[in-house]
Amino acid sequence: MTDTLTKPTEESGREDGSATGAFVAPGQPGSLVSLKPRYENFIGGTWVAPVKGEYMKDISPVTGKAFCEVARSTKEDVELALDAAHRARQAWAETSLTDRAAVLNKIADVIEANLQMLAVAESWENGKPVRETLAADIPLAVDHFRYFAGATRSLEGRSTEIDKDTVAYHFHEPLGVVGQIIPFNFPLLMAAWKIAPALAAGNCTVVKPASPTPWSILKLAELLEDVVPAGVLNVITGPGAEIGKALATSPRIAKIGFTGETTTGRLIMQYAAENLIPSTVELGGKSPNIFFADVMNADDEFLDKAIEGLVLYAFNKGEVCTCPSRALVAESIYDKFMERCLERIKKITQGNPLDPSTMIGPQVSTQQLEKITSYVDIGLQEGAECLIGGKRVQLDGEFADGYYFAPTVLKGHNKMRVFQEEIFGPVLAVTTFKDEAEALEIANDTLYGLGAGVWTRDGNLAYRMGRAIQAGRVWTNCYHLYPAGAAFGGYKISGVGRENHQMMLEHYSQTKNLLVSYSTKPLGFF
Amino acid sequence: MNGFRAPERVVASSAAAEAIEELVAERGPVMFFQSGGCCDGSLPLCFEQGEFVIGSHDVLLGTVAGCPFYIDHRQYEVWKHTQIILGVGDGEPEGFSLAAGRDQHFVITSRVFSDGELEALGLSS
Repeated sequence: MTDTLTKPTEESGREDGSATGAFVAPGQPGSLVSLKPRYENFIGGTWVAPVKGEYMKDISPVTGKAFCEVARSTKEDVELALDAAHRARQAWAETSLTDRAAVLNKIADVIEANLQMLAVAESWENGKPVRETLAADIPLAVDHFRYFAGATRSLEGRSTEIDKDTVAYHFHEPLGVVGQIIPFNFPLLMAAWKIAPALAAGNCTVVKPASPTPWSILKLAELLEDVVPAGVLNVITGPGAEIGKALATSPRIAKIGFTGETTTGRLIMQYAAENLIPSTVELGGKSPNIFFADVMNADDEFLDKAIEGLVLYAFNKGEVCTCPSRALVAESIYDKFMERCLERIKKITQGNPLDPSTMIGPQVSTQQLEKITSYVDIGLQEGAECLIGGKRVQLDGEFADGYYFAPTVLKGHNKMRVFQEEIFGPVLAVTTFKDEAEALEIANDTLYGLGAGVWTRDGNLAYRMGRAIQAGRVWTNCYHLYPAGAAFGGYKISGVGRENHQMMLEHYSQTKNLLVSYSTKPLGFF
Repeated sequence: MNGFRAPERVVASSAAAEAIEELVAERGPVMFFQSGGCCDGSLPLCFEQGEFVIGSHDVLLGTVAGCPFYIDHRQYEVWKHTQIILGVGDGEPEGFSLAAGRDQHFVITSRVFSDGELEALGLSS
């Protein structure tokens, strides 16, 4: 990134000094993102070196090269973080809602003021295109903190008059100290989804980011040193088998929140059971995206939206638990509709995710890349037809070792493994249906039930399908919108609990019932 | 009956078998559970024996280097026409699995069973 013709400017953070060019990579001269060679854990509002002094490399998938080191924490560090959280617990629980909400709003303000910086950091570490982090990940994280600042103040306890002299009061009380494990696909936004309700409900938290993406949340923590009271938010990095387990099994947490894959979800629930504490797990999906024939009744803006709706499988390079990775297209429009969609897919530009014109960046890690490759292989073995893509993409220069995979479409049938398993890459499995009944049958023929999409100009049909699909969210004539205030969570094996909604405060609260008698009369039993 | 012997549902590459033997020598017996979707999903998760509680409906697919390899029964239904081949890849595990040696992780590839093999497994349609 040093051979650009124009000198980068501090203000724009762009390689060509313009307002539209590619952003300069973190740590390079002119970048919006400062970079230290090494990051410690964020514990008790300060930076604490890991007890055993070990660090691990953080690799950017953009270049395949390490760009910094983060703490390789051990269970001793988990204890330090829990110590800090427990020290802060009582004061934070007793902080007024006014002041708690003010802290959340301030977090939102700080993120917003550093939107471009965080967007570039997130893009560099995860590989997601900066056009997405600028327009979705970071603004949604901002809004999430504001939403929960408001939600917690508007959440009222209830009182019930049991009889004339007896009243049941219900108060929300914080759980205490919680553990939260964040996935790699939306490192900052998923952290916001977890941290905001936990803090809003008066809890302190110990957060473990995903192993491939530990750094962007540490960049956020740098901004929050003086914003969040010490110990209320703690971030420790390291391997899941070591510190994820130490955190989830700790008798010192009151709840564990997890987003990730199904077997680990089971393991987390098993660990929670050991301590008899609640868990919220948001797990995998294999979301159907259903296109009824009437989407092609006119060649208009809506059809354009529906085509984009299919191509959204490539959003965040398919590393989304709600990726619309099974397209079900009405047989009568299949040829024409897919022709239009494939034209659109051909126009997807792939490359440096820090370039705002890039639509798809690299997969997050080599492990994801090898998994995607093995799925395409099994799909072809099962007789699927590859309509486009299907292989790793080799870019030039500094991106030559990045983890790029071509947007891929496989045509087949719903019993194939590529239709049944989450690939977590830009791979769409497409099939056809004859009528509404068959569309519904295929849509529900899956282990998962996280998301779904329905596209039709017929409101009654959309409603029937939306209610009959067994999934926690059915996007209707839209997809991949994640506004705060719309509950998100899974049916079937896609998870337990909901996020992204005021009801999340219930997941992070105890209910205290005061049962009060205002009568002076004895019961008369003794 | 056709001429096929029922094939193994899960097999280990020599690198995987070696990694398992080293793990066992170092930490004692281990077990595998094939994970489902999302994030680091669809990977074989390796635990110390007994770490992951096996449920009443989990399916024992077979053993690899003497260690049991399980899968969720619902997932088994959609995977049963394929053989799982356990291997080893570069890089530390991204999730809760034990590593397959320093800077290595367990991976799987899959192979679709032939018609004859499916018949021998009692799975022909």
